[in-house]
Amino acid sequence: MTPIDKAAPRDLFRGALEMMILQSLRRQPMHGYALVQHIQQRSNDLLQVEEGSLYPALQRMLRDELVKAEWETSPTNRRVRTYRITPAGIRHLEREVSSFERMLEGIHLVLSPTGS
Amino acid sequence: MGWLRQLLTRKRLYGDLQEEIAEHLKEKTEALVAEGMSRAEAEAAARRAFGNVTRIEERGREAWMWPRTERFLADVKFALRRLWHSPGFALTAMVTLALGIGANVVVFSILNGLILRPLAVPNPRNLYQVSRPGDNWLSYPDYKDLRDRDPSFSGLLALEYMRTGLKAGNAALRSWGFAVSGNYFDVLGIQPAAGRFFHPADEKGLGSAPYIVLSSDLWRRQFGSSQQVIGQRVELNGHAFTVVGVAPRDFHGADVFFSPDFWIPIVNAEQVTGWSDLCCRDHIDVQIVGRLRPGVTPAQATASLNAVALQMAKEDPKDDGLKLLVRQPGPAGDETDPTKKALLGIMLLALLVLLAACANLASIFAARTADRSGELALRMAIGATRWTVLRQLLTEAVLVSLAGGLVGLAFARVLLGALSHWQPFGDMPIHLFIVPDARVYLVAIGLSLASGVLFGLLPSRQIWRTDVVQTIKTGYVQTEALRRFALRDILLVIQIVVCTLLVTASLVAVRGLVKALHVPLGFQPEGVTLAEADLRMAGYTGENSLPVQKRLLDATKAIPGVTSATVADSVPFRGGGNWFVYKWGTTEFQPSHMAFAASTHLIMPGYLATAQTRLLKGRDFTWDDDGNAPRVALVNQTFARRLYGSEQAIGQRFALWATAKYEVVGVVEDGKYGTVGEDPQPAMFIPLAQGVGEVKASTTVVLVRSRLPQGQVTQALYRTLKDVEPGAPFAVQSWADAVDLSMVPTRAAAVVLGVMGLLAAMLAVTGIFGMASYSVTRRMHEQGIRMALGAQRLQVLRAMLARPALLLLLGSALGVAAGLLTTRLLAHLVSFATPHDPAVLAGVLLTMTLLGLAASWIPARRALHLDPARLLRE
Repeated sequence: MTPIDKAAPRDLFRGALEMMILQSLRRQPMHGYALVQHIQQRSNDLLQVEEGSLYPALQRMLRDELVKAEWETSPTNRRVRTYRITPAGIRHLEREVSSFERMLEGIHLVLSPTGS
Repeated sequence: MGWLRQLLTRKRLYGDLQEEIAEHLKEKTEALVAEGMSRAEAEAAARRAFGNVTRIEERGREAWMWPRTERFLADVKFALRRLWHSPGFALTAMVTLALGIGANVVVFSILNGLILRPLAVPNPRNLYQVSRPGDNWLSYPDYKDLRDRDPSFSGLLALEYMRTGLKAGNAALRSWGFAVSGNYFDVLGIQPAAGRFFHPADEKGLGSAPYIVLSSDLWRRQFGSSQQVIGQRVELNGHAFTVVGVAPRDFHGADVFFSPDFWIPIVNAEQVTGWSDLCCRDHIDVQIVGRLRPGVTPAQATASLNAVALQMAKEDPKDDGLKLLVRQPGPAGDETDPTKKALLGIMLLALLVLLAACANLASIFAARTADRSGELALRMAIGATRWTVLRQLLTEAVLVSLAGGLVGLAFARVLLGALSHWQPFGDMPIHLFIVPDARVYLVAIGLSLASGVLFGLLPSRQIWRTDVVQTIKTGYVQTEALRRFALRDILLVIQIVVCTLLVTASLVAVRGLVKALHVPLGFQPEGVTLAEADLRMAGYTGENSLPVQKRLLDATKAIPGVTSATVADSVPFRGGGNWFVYKWGTTEFQPSHMAFAASTHLIMPGYLATAQTRLLKGRDFTWDDDGNAPRVALVNQTFARRLYGSEQAIGQRFALWATAKYEVVGVVEDGKYGTVGEDPQPAMFIPLAQGVGEVKASTTVVLVRSRLPQGQVTQALYRTLKDVEPGAPFAVQSWADAVDLSMVPTRAAAVVLGVMGLLAAMLAVTGIFGMASYSVTRRMHEQGIRMALGAQRLQVLRAMLARPALLLLLGSALGVAAGLLTTRLLAHLVSFATPHDPAVLAGVLLTMTLLGLAASWIPARRALHLDPARLLRE
């Protein structure tokens, strides 16, 4: 196997990539390449997402009807497949974000030096 | 609802994904070019950033699949395609395994049917046989004492085998059945299929219960399964019995082989046999089976039975030294049972065949994996994980082994079906209930999967070590060759050892059979025809049978073409009693004082001439040796030696009991009396007109020696005897056939071992052939160069085939050694021959040499016809 697979973080944890994708799509519909660019820029290049790993995640979300996809022509006159978040996707995102925040809070409490 | 749409729109979804990814890469490339990269650099960079396109597409597609199921189906489809494209490999592997599995299923089914499977009665596990060490037979008075006094059994039953004439309406047939104690059906826990069974309450003293229970088989054959049969009268040896019931269809009595036609109460047995079966403790003719009480162990029962036996011996000296033990009924519980020993031995050999087949399978798979190493490496290079590749090989192995197992199973099923209809022992109702049950099928499938997967995957270790780059470059995994070669070496040696061992076994068996065919029998069965009947069927008793027997003899002698004829109560290989012989001067006739039991036949004058048994000393019987004359006997050499030692036997006397005393008037040659393989046995002949003590025989065998064709003699004899005595149906067969019957086990052993030897030989030939071919192919280039540099063809041949030849030699040596070590095992299967026999050893060596030559002939030719010029060009 190619060494890339081992070196690159595929998912930060389960569901993290999905959350970022849904959040990005909630701001505006995008196609795959744009999504990658968007996530990398927004994270100040802290998250090096393997570009390809986006697509299996997108396929799973398509299946679960969290997003829908349409072939369109971009402003740069390129044939792109644009993803939009669905109402179900929004609900899923909110649920995930709130549980993620709770988890983060818990981790934070445990790690904070003032805790006993 | 989703899954159906998913299934239907999947193609488009996959297309979209593929296109989308292609667009992504294009966009990224263009972006990089815009930043100033060259197009080629940009394309490579885009791919690097994206990751493994194939894998990602695959993972994307998985969102729409049921990954496990579909991956599995895809694997199966792929494996089937691969196998379809290499039919040689698929077929060889399948047939190899089918042979191994088939042989094992056959042997295991027989083992299962005869030994492992409990009797077909409710709760068979607490059913035990009470026997003496090495002897299943006891007397009826002993039975009654044990039944009444021993507390360890909740029920104890007795049974006696009987062979009678059975008359139902106008049909008269010879039939086998059981005379059983009244509690028989209650203890076994069987319910009648029709009517009722008899019970202890029916037994009100000797001859009080003339009832008969028919087997379901006889009911169907003779009475068309009619309910009207209940209450009908049938005759056993001329005595009337009332049909009270019919046994259920799958009930064959408490015996593994024997399927009786009927059951009668044992209190009525003496009517039928015409002999005092039940009176005395030295009339040993019943078997005892019982159900242990819950919580009682067989060891406790044995102890308690022996305490009773000790008591019995005090009361009647005939039970002196009576030892009892409790064991599982049938061959399963009998340590000395020849069938069990033979079957276990053959099972072991069958497992060896499977081992050889597996070794062969492993080398076939190894060769195939080696051939495919290029392809496998390529697949790994383009992104398949090792696990994916392994999974593929696993699927292939499972498919092949399943197919092989099923073919083997089907083949075995057919063979077993035929075998279970086989009735090797004439009119004896021996049935082999060996059709495979669920247990056999499970074992077979499990065995084939295990052997296929285990040995099919043995070579896949090399996948883990595959250096992809190296393999693609050279096409062969040269660096690993030496170690893999070693594995193949071991596999081949295993095959050859097993093959040698099995060839040894089969040659021993064949040699044993040949020797058995030439064993002196003490008579000449060829040309003698036997007609057997029991005159009690026609209403005679032992007392008034003699005039009829004489009439039968006179009529027979008058048949044209008959050289000589005589009458006996029984002849060797067709029954005959064993009587306890006591030294002259014995006063207390109890079994512990006897000299030995002698095989006994009652004969008319002229028997020795007709049977062509040689009289060594003294005189033959004459017509004057009748009931009024002093009692005389002819004995064989073993009898004379064991009773009188070196003394002259003629004129000496011996006794069977107080009123049965005989003088020896002649000594005849030793012979065989029951089986061809038996040790020399004491035997005696007594005038039919005198009988054994007070006992006269009604069973009658007419012997006819003639040079006429067998069919003609049979016809004439049957007609003549029927004219003289229409009431007793005679069964006619040649004596040679009767002797042949006793050779069935010997022949069966020879056939079974021969087939296994053949299987092993086939496996070894393919093994050696594969090895030699592989060796030649692998070293083709190297040897081509050597030849170009001036090596002789013979040198090249040696280089290529030295290793297989060496392995063959090593394997054969080990195999012969193993054969010599298993002499004892083989002795259970075959009499007369051992692996120490020089003829057998020579045969084994010759066979192995021939096998080696045959298997390496083609590879050797290829090696000899190498064309160095062409090889080097390639």
